[in-house]
Amino acid sequence: MYDVIIIGGGVVGCAVARELSRYRCKTLLLEKTNDICNGQSKANTAILHGGYDAKPGTLKAKFNVLGNAMFDRLHEELDVPVQWNTSLVVSFQEDGHPMLEKLLQQGIDNGCRGELRIIDREELRRREPNIGSTACEALLVGAGGIVCPYELTVAYAENAAMNGAEFQRNAEVTEVKKLANGNWLVVSSIGSFETRAVVNAAGVYSDVFNNMVSENKIHIHPRRGEYYILDKKYKNVFHAAMFQLPTKMGKGILIAPTVDGTVLVGPTAEDIEDKQDTRTTAEGLAKALREASKTWEHIPTRGFITTFSGLRSTGDTGDFLLGEAEDAPGFFNCCAIESPGLTSSPAIADWTAKQIAGKLALETNPDFNPIRKSIPKFRELDDAQRAALIAENPDFGKIVCRCETVTEAEIREAIRRPVGALDVDGVKRRTRAGMGRCQAGFCTPRTVEILAEELGISPLEVTKFGGKSYLLDGYLFEEGKNHA
Amino acid sequence: MRNTDILIIGGGPAGLAAAVGAYEAGARDILILEREERLGGILKQCIHNGFGLHTFKEELTGPEYAQRFIDKVEAYQIPYQCETMVLDVSPEKVVTCVSRKNGLEHIQAKAVILCMGCRERPRGSLATPGERCPGVYTAGTAQKFTNLEGMMPGKEVVILGSGDIGLIMARRMTFLGAKVHACVELMPFSSGLKRNIVQCLDDFGIPLLLSHTVVDIHGREHLEGVTVAEVGPDLKPIPGTEQYFPCDTLLLSVGLIPENELSEMAGVEIAPSTSGAVVDESLQTSVAGIFSCGNVLHVHDLVDFVSEEATKAGANAWQYVQGSLPESGRKVPVQMGFGVGGIVPQFVSDKAEGNVSFMFRPRNVYRGARVIVELDGTQILSKKTMILAPGEMVNLSIPAEKLQPLADAQAITVRIEVPEA
Repeated sequence: MYDVIIIGGGVVGCAVARELSRYRCKTLLLEKTNDICNGQSKANTAILHGGYDAKPGTLKAKFNVLGNAMFDRLHEELDVPVQWNTSLVVSFQEDGHPMLEKLLQQGIDNGCRGELRIIDREELRRREPNIGSTACEALLVGAGGIVCPYELTVAYAENAAMNGAEFQRNAEVTEVKKLANGNWLVVSSIGSFETRAVVNAAGVYSDVFNNMVSENKIHIHPRRGEYYILDKKYKNVFHAAMFQLPTKMGKGILIAPTVDGTVLVGPTAEDIEDKQDTRTTAEGLAKALREASKTWEHIPTRGFITTFSGLRSTGDTGDFLLGEAEDAPGFFNCCAIESPGLTSSPAIADWTAKQIAGKLALETNPDFNPIRKSIPKFRELDDAQRAALIAENPDFGKIVCRCETVTEAEIREAIRRPVGALDVDGVKRRTRAGMGRCQAGFCTPRTVEILAEELGISPLEVTKFGGKSYLLDGYLFEEGKNHA
Repeated sequence: MRNTDILIIGGGPAGLAAAVGAYEAGARDILILEREERLGGILKQCIHNGFGLHTFKEELTGPEYAQRFIDKVEAYQIPYQCETMVLDVSPEKVVTCVSRKNGLEHIQAKAVILCMGCRERPRGSLATPGERCPGVYTAGTAQKFTNLEGMMPGKEVVILGSGDIGLIMARRMTFLGAKVHACVELMPFSSGLKRNIVQCLDDFGIPLLLSHTVVDIHGREHLEGVTVAEVGPDLKPIPGTEQYFPCDTLLLSVGLIPENELSEMAGVEIAPSTSGAVVDESLQTSVAGIFSCGNVLHVHDLVDFVSEEATKAGANAWQYVQGSLPESGRKVPVQMGFGVGGIVPQFVSDKAEGNVSFMFRPRNVYRGARVIVELDGTQILSKKTMILAPGEMVNLSIPAEKLQPLADAQAITVRIEVPEA
């Protein structure tokens, strides 16, 4: 019997798990895929939004501003990379000024913290000398920042697990039923569990679970966004996250540095129906490039190291859908969480956990430890720190991913940690191994070996992202099996 | 801090030959740093034959070819350190490296030879649309899996790009029981060696689809197929020409990129046409005492030429250490004229001695063309060729005395002259 079962191991589900672990609360998180952070949370713009974009009075506006203000503390407690590099919303049209004024006023109304003002062409150029020649002026958002979305999600989960939350992956929820005793029965591919409350953080599938238990039907459709990533060689081309004036479909194509030094270009916004369709398309990629070239006129296409797409969970109201379902007591929705969902995640989790704690009369967990340390990032350390790590553990002296300078020790730790990596992509998200300019060409064979060793499986059983995503088909010769 | 006369970064074919070259020129204090467990570099996994025809006048496999040089390194007792990754090279030639065994070390060298080789262009850099499922590998990664780890990536194969590794892997996968459905090349010509097209594709009836490319990748959990389309002269897919190939493996052989991240840390100037260091005829980079050779300098077609170039870099590095490398005087730029790409060296010193060699890749396929070298417009070499192709490097050697007078020269130009139709 659980107090709370969370459906979905994305950034919101994991954040809720951590917040609930502040209470004496038996929590279980069920994730359908082979890893947490495997959907929208791994494929997004990685921006900490300042809070100017959402309409005043909306949940998006409220939780964006609240969430944004929580990231310094998250950085301290969870050791997650956060940079306040500001955001610039650039107008490329002479008549764009009223729109910038509107955003400025919205930001003020929403209670955006930090500097918020319109800067003219000269200041814009001084700050960002590589901005496209047609740029007119921009809204400067001091509270704009960037964060690593995978490390944030993993950190929430690790910290929650340290404080007693349970995580099950490859656990697909198929049914949620109200029991006569007022509790819920969650039926999943790994068994059925009774729980006092359910949190629906199932991303693009969150409508499915809401609609199982509530008469207030909702519809979530995926809005696909396609992106490019450029090599870290271009990390200093822009300092701020460079937005363009927003459109109805979203915040438009942006160019943003990432905390890891690469540069993100995208996303497009395309409404689709298939909740798993994360393909990139020739049209989408061409569109992203075309629109981005207003901001950066000669994007060096030879600098691309990869492309990807992500699915936003877009609801029908344009706002987040949060809180206990009116006709399903104990069933708490975290639905329609699209941008600024990443920024809002700590505030949504805080609010949701408090709602649940009130409902279930949970007691405070006196042993809660908010501190989680990151896996040492060898690439970011100085020589003395590196020497010390190798002296302590020689595996730090073995570089596996040469592009991102990721050591064998980091990879082993990523697998051994609570809610650790189970596949190649999981290692990648936790360490950056394979995320650099060769895109895992050199390190894949070694990563497969280490995963097989640590998980006690054959290299043939190692997957890229769970399921049937095997990397290898078989041994060349029968005797290979004995050899391996 | 440790000291050494000549520090060689990389123990592949370039690094081995550079060490041998330096030793045979007289150097004794040499150190090779190699990131993998064993010396030999990419040759370790190139188990096919065809290496060494120029150097040893016999056909060797990659590991055999490497072993000839490893044997010399051992015989000369040149120290080397494997499983050692160089993290930084300073313009002052202080090299920072890490290893399990020695931890983090700083080594001060009098000369550094950059021999880091190259990496393969990944799918991401092509922005090929579709699913991002497993089953898509660069040819070299697949080669490592099959030849060093004894494991098969898959059984139904399509190859994108016709670089040499892709061609070699077409044959290798066939030998291993896989069916290679096609080799798809964007350009109207292959970037691989003619002999590889014949011996690896033609001999096995594998179609080479020129002016074609992969436009979509299918399969959610694992690769299930690719869509191939013909491209027009603008290299853009022609609608209506799409064909679907079911496959579980897509191998990419779409180009090699010299790994010059360390060179850039050392402040070495990089040439856009080669993505390698800018060097003069002694293979010295823009930073005095730092030399570059092999595939990190420019992507070669044959390892024999890598060895030759690296041997020279090793000998020159020793001369530099002794202070006997001719002081590089005024540098005369080498310009690429019609049809010439990726020329090395980019400069010739007006003090050049002996033979000056020029290497480049033709930009297209030219039949019956002449290769012309001019000094300020005066022709000093005109060489008739049967066929020139981007897959095969052109190697010219010109006695320095013919390149005179260099003292006041503005430019050396290398160009291709195509006979009029």
